[in-house]
Amino acid sequence: MVIYTEGLTFKFGHQTVVNSLSLRVPEGSIYGFLGPNGAGKTTTIKLLMDLLKTQVGTIRIFEKDLQTNRTDILSQIGSLIEQPAIYAHLTGKENLLNRALLLEVPSQRVDEMLDLVHLKDAAHKKAGQYSLGMKQRLGIGLALLSDPKLLILDEPTNGLDPNGIIEVRELLIKLVTKHQKTVFVSSHLLAEIERMATHVGIINHGELLFQGSIDELQALNQPLVQIEAENTVDAANFLKRNNLEVADINEHQLFVPYTDKKQMGELNALLNQNGFTVYSISKQQKDLEKLFLAITQNA
Amino acid sequence: MKGFILSFRSEFYKTRKTMAFWSPIILPLLLSLLIFVGFYSRSDKLAPQPGVILWLEFAGAILAVMGSLILPMLIVFIAYSVNNIEHKADTWKTLFSLPISKLSVYGAKYLYAFFLVFICLALFVIFTLGFGNLLGAIKPSLRFSEYHIEGILSKVYLKLFLSSLGILSIQFLLSLLFRDFLKPMGIGFICTITGDIMAGNNWKYAWLFPYSHPLLAIQSLENGKNAKPGPDGIPHITVDLFTKDIFVSLAIALLVFAAGYFIVLRKSVK
Repeated sequence: MVIYTEGLTFKFGHQTVVNSLSLRVPEGSIYGFLGPNGAGKTTTIKLLMDLLKTQVGTIRIFEKDLQTNRTDILSQIGSLIEQPAIYAHLTGKENLLNRALLLEVPSQRVDEMLDLVHLKDAAHKKAGQYSLGMKQRLGIGLALLSDPKLLILDEPTNGLDPNGIIEVRELLIKLVTKHQKTVFVSSHLLAEIERMATHVGIINHGELLFQGSIDELQALNQPLVQIEAENTVDAANFLKRNNLEVADINEHQLFVPYTDKKQMGELNALLNQNGFTVYSISKQQKDLEKLFLAITQNA
Repeated sequence: MKGFILSFRSEFYKTRKTMAFWSPIILPLLLSLLIFVGFYSRSDKLAPQPGVILWLEFAGAILAVMGSLILPMLIVFIAYSVNNIEHKADTWKTLFSLPISKLSVYGAKYLYAFFLVFICLALFVIFTLGFGNLLGAIKPSLRFSEYHIEGILSKVYLKLFLSSLGILSIQFLLSLLFRDFLKPMGIGFICTITGDIMAGNNWKYAWLFPYSHPLLAIQSLENGKNAKPGPDGIPHITVDLFTKDIFVSLAIALLVFAAGYFIVLRKSVK
């Protein structure tokens, strides 16, 4: 495990912001750390970076204890936390050069980064004049500067346009598949994580509600039979009288848990034979967004 | 140690195009130049003065404004600037997540502020001597060449530097903790005025209050003006470097540095 936490708990005063979190981030994964705003994502990340002192629990990164191997561990992590930290009075390149100086990285690497995040043309422009997306890209460049084994990114696509989002996503996938990096990326948007993550952790009110591979998350996602019928309420009542479960209902459709194709045929026949005209019937996978909402709201 | 040096170099790199770095250079140049012009225009009146008095008046004119107000205010500004650069850019979190110990990062910033004040005072010595000798060269009627003030002047400025460390560390901590300029500036200004009043009125406990120390340091030269003439007719000025107020200043600097470090360790980094 690249990141391993056990019983990680953090309180601001009496408020518990992170509650006995046990993260398992395997090597070579893109770990999507999901949760609504205020769920405790940034606090967790700050604990992982030793920007907040761990109160209860342990953090192990690269199989080493964070408290006793702080600088060793931090030298292999690149991070972007909340808004990118950029000196507005320095140019984009100077921002990178300053970090290169601190990390003892050759300055030629700075040019590679400028190239990678498409800021070569704006390299000599004051970073304060950058657009939000450019700042975000510079922040990613800064995080990647030392060629770290682990990237910790807090909402990295904030403020990026759709093209920028796709670029970041492809960059992260490339880093993991071609360069054997591990990426820990937080977001409140499931759709974004879904497209790149191999593993997912869902957090709300400081507690981890789900953790596992993206397939395991999909498996939680039970398919439904969507039936469009003449009178959905009466049809639903009829099904219930016949001891069939109805998962959800609205004005135009009703949903029944899916078991197999045969069941769909039987449902169709049953409704039609009893005077409920079925307009359409189909198998439907609940989208992950709804699943995410269901997980975070049930907590 | 390597982390400290890297951090220190980075502090310079970050500030080299800002007023934080340039104000300690421009201020001594400007102030010395002003006094130079003033002396040049009054050179006829000053001509009868012996060299020692000329030097004491020339250096004293700069020191008087420095000690009472400008130096403390410059310290407030420097302490604010080196911290504000991080507050403004939201870079505390990146500084403290570098693979460098927190002590090195914090210590480098702290010492960089000391370094800027040191540069400023060293330049005051250089410019005072330079402009004084220049004045003597272009107006030979002013007998600057009669007396050599280098030793005493360096000692007074060294004393001034040591006496400013207490204030600097307090202001540094205030600027580290507060994001806005008004709190450290307001506190610094009120304390400076209080310190001036205390030292100016020779209040007997003024040596315990760090904001009085620069003025106390200047007074050591002022007292020199009244020194009895030696056998050669030239007053023998002595500057006692390590007086009790200097020890208080150094003790406060150490104490506040340590306190600041523990706050940095415990504080949630924004």
